[in-house]
Amino acid sequence: MAKIVLDRLNERFTAGEILETGSQHGNEWARVAPAAWRQVAEFLRDDPALQLNMFVDLTCVDRMPREPRFDVVLHLYSIDNKYRVRLLAGVSEKQAVIDTLVPVWPGANWFEREAFDMYGVRFEGHPDLRRILMYPEFQGYPLRKDYPKEKRQPLLRRLPGSV
Amino acid sequence: MSADAPLQLESRRRIVFGESDISDFDDDKDLPTESMPLMMGPSHPAMHGTVRIALEVEGEKIKTADIQIGYLHRCFEKEAEYATWTQIFPYTDRLNYVSPMLNNVGYAIAVEKLLDIEDKIPERAQYIRVIVGEISRITDHLTCLAAGAMELGAFTVFFYLIKAREWLWELLEEVSGARLTHSYVRIGGVVADLPAGWPPKLLDILAKTRTALSDADKLLTRNKIFRDRMDGVGIIAKADVAGWGLTGPVARSTGVAYDVRKDHPYLVYDRLDFEVPVGSTGDNFDRYACRLAEIFQSMRILEQALAKIPEGPFIVDDQRVALPKKRDTYNTIESMIAHFKLIMDGLHVPPGEIYSFTEGGNGELGFYIVSNGEGRPWKCRVRPPCFANLAVLTKVLPGLFIADVVPTFGMINMIGGECDR
Repeated sequence: MAKIVLDRLNERFTAGEILETGSQHGNEWARVAPAAWRQVAEFLRDDPALQLNMFVDLTCVDRMPREPRFDVVLHLYSIDNKYRVRLLAGVSEKQAVIDTLVPVWPGANWFEREAFDMYGVRFEGHPDLRRILMYPEFQGYPLRKDYPKEKRQPLLRRLPGSV
Repeated sequence: MSADAPLQLESRRRIVFGESDISDFDDDKDLPTESMPLMMGPSHPAMHGTVRIALEVEGEKIKTADIQIGYLHRCFEKEAEYATWTQIFPYTDRLNYVSPMLNNVGYAIAVEKLLDIEDKIPERAQYIRVIVGEISRITDHLTCLAAGAMELGAFTVFFYLIKAREWLWELLEEVSGARLTHSYVRIGGVVADLPAGWPPKLLDILAKTRTALSDADKLLTRNKIFRDRMDGVGIIAKADVAGWGLTGPVARSTGVAYDVRKDHPYLVYDRLDFEVPVGSTGDNFDRYACRLAEIFQSMRILEQALAKIPEGPFIVDDQRVALPKKRDTYNTIESMIAHFKLIMDGLHVPPGEIYSFTEGGNGELGFYIVSNGEGRPWKCRVRPPCFANLAVLTKVLPGLFIADVVPTFGMINMIGGECDR
């Protein structure tokens, strides 16, 4: 449906920046090198042929035990052209950092905070990288696959000996 | 009132009541004030859905607004990773809990795309999904308008609209067995056919709802107290729509006519005639008027869908996806095994990824699902429309007065279950 987006990406960027592209169930996707993340996002937003200027969604996927473990996933849309694309960038557990997209789309702010909150991926240059859904005292990253579903972290703990 | 009268957003706006101009308000002549933190919520009568807005105010003016969400976080995504594909439906009910059917439908369509059975869904099931979905859209908008009006003191309107919402929920209860948590949609169709004698009841209730809306419209649109707090307050610029990812009535109030039902038709929306109401200034009044007009459009859709709905099966006849008929389960070994496998293992979705989107009550409701071929999703992400719509308030609120938070927040229609998941 929006093959043109992938063609434009492959035209503009080298194979070291756009690692892989594909299409499945009518969704076009491109795997981006983390170093080129912001550059690719800016290109897609500003390219007059594409105008993928609408920020739709940003999240992470934990693909444990694959390495790099996490994928940061971005969905974009063009209101005028009705194109859509999904960008993925792999980040490892040890170096779970990627450039922020807040300067590109202000709406990325809360979505990146959520990705950080749930997966512990840090967004370099984010103006306010706090937890958003969990409370500040929360330990760990709940949507990681190695975080047990049944684990409880009560905010108020009972002192030993109290009823 | 005729059905398309509410489309005339501009004619509504032209009702004016003399000047209520505060442009002679001179900041320099104000008494000097110190900035002060002020917490609105999490338990504040106007913060429905439990949210805290940490304001920094100078006098009555807002300097900064930090919106703190998460009070209703129920680990939807984590729970979904441990549930079978069908068991996720009850969780989706609780996302946007004033329009559960729309969430049901959005999730079902996403999984059907992964299963590649999208075009095998019986036509009757698609019409039923449109019908229950549009009823849910009406209840969603009614809730927003009713609560918004009540917070500005219009309690009568609240009762008129909530009464209408209750009638519609009773209809959905008749269809699904539950007033609010319907879990009515299934992968491949819906769980049961519409009850006998149901369509005339719906038409009857639509007529009654029209009367209630017309009353509410008269009480609000020509009400100076209401208009003073809505007109020109909480303006969202058209240029902000793309950058902040705004969708739904919030985006349309600014003049961006983006509606998934029109731009990327799913189900049978391309066979139904309806319009997408858009605003012009993007203020609270436009959001109110857009929602009001959308209710009338949803009613048009409902009437057409009831006229066009064909007879036929309501769920796909495929034992890998849908439960066999009870009669077969008890009488044939194949159906018995299929039933057992579907209940114990869950249906198996081939490996793949999908971003599927539908028009929810608040905008683009997206499901980004990753399957690795097992009976449970590897990841089931919801793209909540009101999460993005609420985030823009951090930009809109500064510069407004404390009292403006109430209508501005109300017209965003933040639903805690969906925003916090």
